[in-house]
Amino acid sequence: MKTVMGIINLQEDNSLIRELTEQRAVESIPFAGRYRLIDFALSSMVNSGIQNVGVMLPEKGRSVLDHLRSGKDWDLARRHDGLFYLPPHQEEHTKHRGDLKNFYYNIDFFNHSSQEYVLLASGSFVYNMDFNELLRFHQNTGADMTLVYHTANGETTGTNIVLETEENGLVSDIAERSAVYDGSKVAMGLAIMKKEVFVDMIRDTYEHGGTDLQLDGILRRASQYNIYGYEHDGYVAHIDSTGAYYKASMDMLKPEVWTELFMGENRIETKVKDEVPVQYKETAEVNNSLIANGCVVRGEVENSILFRGVKVGKDVKIRNSIIMQKCDIQDGSLIENVICDKNVVITREKWLKGADNYPLIVTKNVVI
Amino acid sequence: MSKTECLAMILAGGQGSRLRALTKKIAKPAVPFGGKYRIIDFPLSNCANSGIDKVGVLTQYRPLELHNYLASGSAWDLDTKNGGVFILPPYAREKGADWYRGTADAIYQNLNFIDLYDPDYVLVLSGDHIYTMDYSWMLEAHKKAKADATIGVFEVPWEEAPRFGIMNTDKDGRINEFEEKPAKPKSNLASMGIYIFNKDVLEKYLLDDAKDETSSHDFGKNIIPKMLADKKRLYSYAFEGYWKDVGTIESLWQANMDLLQDEPPFDLNGEWKIYSSNPSMPPHYVGPEAKVKKSMISEGSMILGEVYNSVIFPGVKVGKGAKVTNSVIMPNTVIGDGAVVDYSILAQNVKVEPGAKVTGELGTITVIADGEKVSAEDSSKRVG
Repeated sequence: MKTVMGIINLQEDNSLIRELTEQRAVESIPFAGRYRLIDFALSSMVNSGIQNVGVMLPEKGRSVLDHLRSGKDWDLARRHDGLFYLPPHQEEHTKHRGDLKNFYYNIDFFNHSSQEYVLLASGSFVYNMDFNELLRFHQNTGADMTLVYHTANGETTGTNIVLETEENGLVSDIAERSAVYDGSKVAMGLAIMKKEVFVDMIRDTYEHGGTDLQLDGILRRASQYNIYGYEHDGYVAHIDSTGAYYKASMDMLKPEVWTELFMGENRIETKVKDEVPVQYKETAEVNNSLIANGCVVRGEVENSILFRGVKVGKDVKIRNSIIMQKCDIQDGSLIENVICDKNVVITREKWLKGADNYPLIVTKNVVI
Repeated sequence: MSKTECLAMILAGGQGSRLRALTKKIAKPAVPFGGKYRIIDFPLSNCANSGIDKVGVLTQYRPLELHNYLASGSAWDLDTKNGGVFILPPYAREKGADWYRGTADAIYQNLNFIDLYDPDYVLVLSGDHIYTMDYSWMLEAHKKAKADATIGVFEVPWEEAPRFGIMNTDKDGRINEFEEKPAKPKSNLASMGIYIFNKDVLEKYLLDDAKDETSSHDFGKNIIPKMLADKKRLYSYAFEGYWKDVGTIESLWQANMDLLQDEPPFDLNGEWKIYSSNPSMPPHYVGPEAKVKKSMISEGSMILGEVYNSVIFPGVKVGKGAKVTNSVIMPNTVIGDGAVVDYSILAQNVKVEPGAKVTGELGTITVIADGEKVSAEDSSKRVG
């Protein structure tokens, strides 16, 4: 994989997940008790042997920089190659919106990298994938471009790129659909292609007035390319809405998903914090939950995820909830179907309850 | 590069034979402690937090896992341009090679290393105690007293004093007598095995000691008594707080259990962070039928059974219906469905098969060595 450079695009639309993205990019939303969404794409790249990764920063980039820093936690703080930040292009009164202009203005970085291939990834998908087989598939088919998809299990709404493929994997149609059906081939924001193809695509699309890499660069020009689809059959979740975030989080409570994503040979890496193992006290009662290091639990927790450093007081009941880093749930409170963002304090004996199908969201740093 | 004021040397070569099966494959300082740490994390984190950025670690007995663990020192933030963790195993010279023959000899054999940095002071630490301590205060006291050497002391209960090296001091803390395991102690100030020496004084005494063929080359037995006999200025530095020698199975077990109290006497969660090399594992999973109380559990574990009054390290599996009580379960050990573990320490990668029993008693903790398998058939004869 030394011939492949990775590019992670952190410019995802956040309109359906606003509560969790007020101060951060979608890709740095905390997930599964300890991670940020970007960890999945980045760790998969590094574990596959990619040593040169460019990160296309979003406008709210501070949380991403704070998380990735030098790239050391992913072994990307290196003398040659390693982690590169590609800032968004800021020019007032620009006629172009969308992410394409940011690729266009960073074209030198792509050109100057020594790798032959580019693997483009979105930072808002959850998966743990080895890209070596993808590269071999791409080389064997002689495709101009290979898109990775997963087969949908059941119907979902929300905007997705859906592929139609022939038996050998050749893509016959590619479109942005508002609904996905059981068995649909849903793209995972992952594309591999030769660097020249990528650079030409950016330049040509931009110079013809394009604004969005995926829509204008790939979808509208699909007929110009020989595109193949490659299926990933492991766990996949696209975090594009609050509902999707909640559902995918609850998926982490399935031991088979937890084991596949996190306990296999290739580990998802994240920023290291030196937290103490979880301290369960005499009054703790915990069932079907993920509990991260640094938590101190004195109350009841069921079907929930506690991030690092959460305090659960006595006689607290937390159910079907996601409690992010450093929240303090004080004695006697009842929390059900709630997402608490970082550093939330729920003072004694408060009752918070969201609907079964739509969680209540408490934003960062709030004291209730 | 600024001058090095104080260089730390951690004695980590001991076999720790009283830890029996736990140190069959690894040196004592590499023994896991407290749900994610290893014993050496404590002196190393103390150094990092005290602003000491150059630390020599003297290794000898089964050093490979320890070397691997220390690596570049980055886990303790010690991998800076000028600082670092330096692994110092015995090495060959023109006139042959020697093992470290004692604590003083280990430092003697590394005087060249100390000379590289030419520090004013040398802090000598041992790698088998659990405590948090700001060494910079001890160094301040050492300088203020214009001492030649300062020894960290800890007040032990009077009845336990005969088990320790005891310092008798005057009211200013100057040591006038040192008694190794006295039958009738005159004081209850025990040596913690923490020394600060003026580098020149240390060098002189080590050179003299090396020539003395009757010496057992030990700080407590030889160097300190010799300095006292020469009327050198030796001061005690009293440490208050939690300090535990974890050199035996019982004390290691007890120190782990101490962490489980509602208000632990030793708070790992405090301001003074203990750093360690973190495994890349997810938050642990507690299953629908699990019961977990009064325990510490680390990342990557899957708990489907019952855990009470126990410390669980990363990557452990506790199967359905299994019961783990009063025990310490080290990394990646698997406890099968319906198995019972009580008053035991299970080392890394142990496999307790479904239905098997591993039980000990208070005072006679059962230990299962690294990588061993306990089947339901042979579990009865392991009891006790």
